[in-house]
Amino acid sequence: MSRRRPGRDDSPDRLYTLTGGRSSSGSDVFDLVTLIVAECDPVPGMQSEHAAILRMSRFPTAVVEIAAELELPVSIVRILLADLLGTGRISARHPRTAHGSAHSSYRLPDPDILEQVLVGLRNL
Amino acid sequence: MDSAISEQGADRPDDRPPALRSTADNGLKIVIVGGFGVGKTTMVRSVSEIRPLNTEETMTKAGEAVDDTAGVATKTATTVAFDFGRITLDAHNVLYLFGAPGQERFWFLWDRLFSGTLGAVVLVDTRRLADSWYAIDRLEHHGTPFVVACNDFGGPAHTPEQVREALDLPEGVPLVFCDARSRESSKDVLISLIQHLQAYPAPLTPEPAP
Repeated sequence: MSRRRPGRDDSPDRLYTLTGGRSSSGSDVFDLVTLIVAECDPVPGMQSEHAAILRMSRFPTAVVEIAAELELPVSIVRILLADLLGTGRISARHPRTAHGSAHSSYRLPDPDILEQVLVGLRNL
Repeated sequence: MDSAISEQGADRPDDRPPALRSTADNGLKIVIVGGFGVGKTTMVRSVSEIRPLNTEETMTKAGEAVDDTAGVATKTATTVAFDFGRITLDAHNVLYLFGAPGQERFWFLWDRLFSGTLGAVVLVDTRRLADSWYAIDRLEHHGTPFVVACNDFGGPAHTPEQVREALDLPEGVPLVFCDARSRESSKDVLISLIQHLQAYPAPLTPEPAP
């Protein structure tokens, strides 16, 4: 099966409709690997993408996994997630590495985290 | 084809990657950068617990380009596609591996996508070393620590010294040889990156007052 490429084959109109034409303000809190957890079940009448996000995040699911599953660009998914977070329908578990603002340069990760990663990799 | 976001599509349990544990609360990233065909997806696949997934990020910059015909400002979109896989490290930590192209437009999105990354692996094909120059230059510019991993394509063997010289690689950057198809070998590359990070010089921070 040939998978569609998210974003590329979508008409801008579709993406506009999904987000109600909003830009990305307020959605930058979501890192690619922020883990999303649904706090409720979908309800009838909910936008289908919102409902799909709630179903797929019954267990923790990264933003980037949601984007891949929905076949939508990450920036669009961030906006959808901001809606759900704003209404308390999801919670977000943000990465705990030393993490500067979007434009800061590299910051070295916490040594404890590095040790945990090393142990985890060796145990694979 | 069916849509993943239709009522039916979103509930396909068979097509869904295995769920993370409910205790998972810390997502981590490592980026594997390299030219086309160098084996990024192969490496992601060999260590990932899920079949590699693909997604895209698009950044639209309004009004930068002007359409000559219409004479009006248009929007230019930078789109970058990337593969990723996942490794559950323990009850809390989940490592995501991103395979990303090293081409120029990709670096416009680096901060948006990969800020907070632990570090990077530059995957190189020794037959096409020049393909990696740009990625190495950008990582150095960003100050992101990285290791260079030469994927073994069975070509003529190069000594580490030859590769270092061809890449103009600083002494402190680890250089390893690997087989991206091998889980153990790819795992070793990731371990070499973490060890490099552990030895990485700490940033100069003021001593706390006594």
